[in-house]
Amino acid sequence: MQLTNRSKQVSNKEMTLAEKAYLPAIAQGMAITIKHFFKKKVTIQYPEVKRYLGPVFRGRHILKRDEQGRERCTACGLCAVACPAEAIQMVASEREKGEEHLYREEKYAAVYEVNMLRCIFCGLCEEACPKQAVYLRHDEMVPVFVERDQVIWGKDMLVEDMNNRYKREAWTKEEARLLDEKKARGEVSNVEPRAIP
Amino acid sequence: MELTEFIIKAIVIAVIFGLTLLIAMYSTYGERKVAAFIQDRIGPNRAGPFGMLQPLADAGKMFFKEDFIPAQANKWLFIAGPALAMLTALMASAVIPFGHTLRYDGVEVAVQAVEANIGILYIFGVVSLGVYGIMVGGWASNNKFSLLGAIRAASQNISYEIAMGMAIVAILMMTGSLSLREIVDQQHSGNWNIWYQPLGFIIFITCAFAECNRTPFDLPECETELVGGYHTEYSSMKLGFYLFAEYINMFISSAVISALYFGGYNYPGMDWVYTQLTGAFGEVAGHNAATLIGTAVFFGKALFFVFFYMWVRWTLPRFRYDQLMNLGWKGLIPLAILNIIITGTGVLFLEPYFTALLK
Repeated sequence: MQLTNRSKQVSNKEMTLAEKAYLPAIAQGMAITIKHFFKKKVTIQYPEVKRYLGPVFRGRHILKRDEQGRERCTACGLCAVACPAEAIQMVASEREKGEEHLYREEKYAAVYEVNMLRCIFCGLCEEACPKQAVYLRHDEMVPVFVERDQVIWGKDMLVEDMNNRYKREAWTKEEARLLDEKKARGEVSNVEPRAIP
Repeated sequence: MELTEFIIKAIVIAVIFGLTLLIAMYSTYGERKVAAFIQDRIGPNRAGPFGMLQPLADAGKMFFKEDFIPAQANKWLFIAGPALAMLTALMASAVIPFGHTLRYDGVEVAVQAVEANIGILYIFGVVSLGVYGIMVGGWASNNKFSLLGAIRAASQNISYEIAMGMAIVAILMMTGSLSLREIVDQQHSGNWNIWYQPLGFIIFITCAFAECNRTPFDLPECETELVGGYHTEYSSMKLGFYLFAEYINMFISSAVISALYFGGYNYPGMDWVYTQLTGAFGEVAGHNAATLIGTAVFFGKALFFVFFYMWVRWTLPRFRYDQLMNLGWKGLIPLAILNIIITGTGVLFLEPYFTALLK
């Protein structure tokens, strides 16, 4: 069976004089390497230059706020249930009077912790969340940590900063699929990334 | 010897010595850069601008590593190995003519450490001593793989020295002198030996690769078969000296190749440059300037061959040992003999004919 048309018949025939002299073959090889010498290099200078990893990359976690700055998470625990690595832990709490500007609904997560050593960045928490509260950012990675007390990330690390909101082109699967179809049809080319409403 | 002559000579020797070390040092950097570029990478670029401080960082690392001597090793020979390798590598640069002459205060000093009338023989002697460094080190390590590597190096060097010597014999028949300066001076302007000795050049450069233990003939340190070859047991600066000696050898052999076949410090149009310079700056300063340009040209040629060494290294795979020996004994030595015969015929019959024709 022929899989590709690149296969070559191997033969054991006596080498010709030119082949025995090595030099033509060596010259050929040297020509190839010198061509590569002047080629454009593909290296990306990593810590200074970062490649765009695409809109579906799953990087560091974020707990979203809505446009009024209220936390979206209601501590339902679906993300913790969905998590195959059991990396998420939370403590639910009831919203008091006068905290309406802090939390979107009556229940909220007083403690929300992600164990970064356990997390496998599968994104199942993101899919499980009914409130569009937890996301894995596509534009940032989890920075390197070396100390034990840096392993478990609390709300101080996770909740979104309103001055520097996380923006993306599409916020749900359906939206992303529609956008892809539109892009394929050429109806839209450049979508402005936006923060979640 | 006059005092001024002595001082100029001392300066010239110190500069040549320093330059040799500097070039060997930056050859390691160059090797890594060339390797990277050929493999579509960038290579070291973190230590200093363009990674220029990388050799210093490497040397620092080498110095601070543990200097380990195996319990069963012969301690003194183990230390003598890298020392010998380094010594012989550095000795060879003594007779290489790096430039014409420098004039100062009525004295004329050659840009060359020692002007010996047996220069090329001296280089051969020192280069064949070079195998002792490897042999002694490999033997003293008391390790089978080291010893195998050392034996390979010894037999390879001896085999290829024959063909190399015979390639040079053809040059000596043409020039009638063993002095490197004499050989270089006879290639005045563009009248280089490569035009008369293309076959000899190919034989010589192949043998030079084998003598320097460079790919495709780097069997003495063949990692896939011998762990690390003769320097398996070496660490720290002793290993550094072995590697450094290899790069010095590379530079020296490149210099010898460019002196023997590519006119050394001669370049086309050098007479015109000389008259222009002496006309512009006067007899003494112009002469010195022309000499320095010649020296620069010489270094350019030598560095090109250093690059060539690296280029070949990152192109060719290494030979099998029997192929290596076949090439040496059955390929290069008969070719070298043939080359001698052809050159002899040329010198005896063709040269008088052509000179008569030109007159």
